[in-house]
Amino acid sequence: MKLEDPATIRMLWVVSLVVLAVLVAADAAVEHHPHFGVDGGFAFHAWYGFAVCAGMVLVSKFVVGLLLKRRDTYYDD
Amino acid sequence: MTESVGLPPPGVILILGGLLLPLLRRAAPAVALLLPLLTLGYIWALPGDLSVTLPFMDQQLTVLSWQPATRVFATIFALMAFGGALFAHPITGLASERGKRWRVELPAAFVYAGSAICVTFAGDILTLFMFWELMAVGSTAVVWSAGTEGSARAGMRYALVHLVGGVVLMAGILAHVFALQSQGVPDPLALSHFAFGPAGFDALSCGPGDVAAWLILLGVLVNAAAPPLGAWLADAYPEASESGTVFLSAFTTKTAVYVLMLLFAGTELLIYVGLAMAVYGIVYAILENDMRRILAYSIVNQVGFMVCGIGIGTAMALNGAAAHAFAHIIYKALLLMSAGSVLYMTGKRKCTDLGGLYHSMPITMVCGIVGALAISSFPLTSGFVTKSMINQAAADQHLALAWFVLTAASAGVFLHAGIKFPWFVFFQKDSGLRPPDPPWNMRAAMIFFAALCVLLGVPGVYQPLYAILPFPAPADVELYVPYTGAHVLSQLQLLLFSGLAFFVLLPVLKRTLTITLDSDWFYRTLAPASWKHLLSPLMRAFGEVRDGFIGGLPDDLKRLVYSPPAEESWFREWGLGGAMITITGILFVYLVLGFVP
Repeated sequence: MKLEDPATIRMLWVVSLVVLAVLVAADAAVEHHPHFGVDGGFAFHAWYGFAVCAGMVLVSKFVVGLLLKRRDTYYDD
Repeated sequence: MTESVGLPPPGVILILGGLLLPLLRRAAPAVALLLPLLTLGYIWALPGDLSVTLPFMDQQLTVLSWQPATRVFATIFALMAFGGALFAHPITGLASERGKRWRVELPAAFVYAGSAICVTFAGDILTLFMFWELMAVGSTAVVWSAGTEGSARAGMRYALVHLVGGVVLMAGILAHVFALQSQGVPDPLALSHFAFGPAGFDALSCGPGDVAAWLILLGVLVNAAAPPLGAWLADAYPEASESGTVFLSAFTTKTAVYVLMLLFAGTELLIYVGLAMAVYGIVYAILENDMRRILAYSIVNQVGFMVCGIGIGTAMALNGAAAHAFAHIIYKALLLMSAGSVLYMTGKRKCTDLGGLYHSMPITMVCGIVGALAISSFPLTSGFVTKSMINQAAADQHLALAWFVLTAASAGVFLHAGIKFPWFVFFQKDSGLRPPDPPWNMRAAMIFFAALCVLLGVPGVYQPLYAILPFPAPADVELYVPYTGAHVLSQLQLLLFSGLAFFVLLPVLKRTLTITLDSDWFYRTLAPASWKHLLSPLMRAFGEVRDGFIGGLPDDLKRLVYSPPAEESWFREWGLGGAMITITGILFVYLVLGFVP
C-alpha cells in the first residue's frame, strides 16, 4: 500500500472523518467540568481546536508572512 | 542538614571528564557513554540534605545544595547527556570527519551539560552565575564544532547575545548584592535573597528599587529565548551538527526555566511572557521551511508553557512546569534526533527538498512520529501527563486568558510540530530520496528516547516522575490525575480537529523557499546598514567639520587637541587631549542634566 496512491488517500480521509465524528458524538457520553462556562459547551475542544488552528494558519500566512517573509538567501546576500 | 567540604557537585564529573576525553584516544567513545551514567548515579547517591561549601575570596560558595527542583532537572540533564552522547557516538572512527568533529563537540557538550547540572545544584547566586556563563562557553563551542561557515557566524552571534545577557544578569546580581551589603544583611550571596517572585515582585507594578530584579529577570529571559530576546535560538541551533543540535535543545532554555522557577515563581509578568512565547513559536514554525528551524521555534513554544506555569506560581503550576521540562527535553531531543538522522543520511534540511522518506527510513519515521505525538500531548505519551498540569493550574486559578491561549497553543503544537514536521519530511510528495535508516547508535538513541516518551505517558509508570517534582503530594494523595474520560476526550478532540485544520488548509501551508524575519534582523541587518549608510557618512562629515574647526585654532591649541595623521596613513586618530576634552564635555552635560528637576 503506497500512501501516494489516490485510493489510499481517499480511504484515509474517510476513516479520519469517521473518527472525528465519533469523537464529537462521544462528547454526549462524558461529563465535563467547565471552569469558564463556554469550555463546557458541546464538543467545545473540537470546534475550538479547528477554529484557532485555522486562524493561526491564516494569520501566519497572510499577516505575519506578508510582512516578514523573505527569500531564504536574504542574509547570505 | 549534612554539611561537607570536599565533595564536588555532580556536574563536575561531566565537565572534567569531558575535558579529559581527548587524552583518552581509543577509549574515549566508550568513556563518553559512561560519564553521564556515572553522573546520574552520583546525583541519586547523594543524601537529599547534603550541602557542600567552598571558601572563595571572603565568601563561602555553596557549590552543592538541594533546591526543590534540583532532582528533577539534574536527573533529566544527566539522562540527556547520555542520550546525546549515544546519538553522537563516533561510529565511523575517530579519524573520520565525524570522529574529528566528535573530539571537539562532545567535550564541549559535556562542559555544557555538566555546567547545567551544576546550576541546578548551586546554593548561592555566584556559583549559579559562574556555571551559567560556563554553559554559554560550552554551547558556543558546540555550535562552532559543526565546522561550517554558517555555524561560525551563527556561533559568534550566539556568543555575543549570551555575553550581553550575562552582563545584564551580572549587573542585576551586583546591584542586589551591594544593596544587601549596605543594609548589613549577612550572607548576601544566598539564593534566598534572590527569590524575588516569592517575595512579591510581580514586575508589573515595580518601583525604582526593583532595578536589580528586573535586570536579573531580563538576563534569565535571554536564555529562556523569550521574544524579542530569543531570536538567537532559531538562528544558532539549526546551524550546529546533527548531534550538536540535540545537545543544544536541552540545556540553555531549561536551565533558564529552572532559574526562573527558583527566583521568579509567581511573577505575574511571566504568565504573559509565556503566552507570547507559546504563540510566537507556533506562528514562526508554521511559516518555516527548514525542518530543524521548525523544531527550534517549537522549543520556544514549549518553554512558553513552562514560563507561563512559573508565572502562575501555584504548586500545581510549578510541578507542571518542572514535569513538562523533563518530558520536553526527551521528546524534543527525539524530534531533533529524527531530523538529525534525516540530515545525516540525506544532507538536506529544507522541507521543499524532502518528502516520502517513510519508504526507506521506517525507524526514523516512527521515532519522529512518537516525538511528534509526545510534544502534542497525545494520550499515552509523556506530554499528556505533564503539560496538562499547567493548563489545569490556569483553570484552577480562573485565569481565563491563560487557559484559552494555552489551549489554543496546545492545538497549535500539533499543527506545527505534531503533523507538519513528520508530514513534510516523511510523507507529502515523494522526493525520490531513498536513504536507509542511520547507523545503529543513532537508531538506539532514538528508540531509547521514544520508549521513554511512551513509558512516561502510561498510567502507573509516570508516578516516579511525579514523586521527584518540586512539590510532591502527601502520602495517599494523588498529585494529579491526567487520565479522566473528559480529559482524554477533550485532548483527542482538540488535537484531531487541529489535524483536520492542517489538511483542509494544506494548500496554504505549501512550503516556500523563504525565511521569516525575527528580532535578529536588528543586529544582522539594521545595525550594519545603519553603520554603512548613516553613522559612517555622518562621522566622515563630522571629521570634515572638525578639521575645519581645528584648522581655525591657534597652533598651540591645535597641537593640544589634535594629532594630525601621518602622511599616507589610512586612518585618522584623535589625540589624547581631544578625547579628554570630549569626555569632559559629555560629563559636564551629564552633570547639568542631573540638576534639571
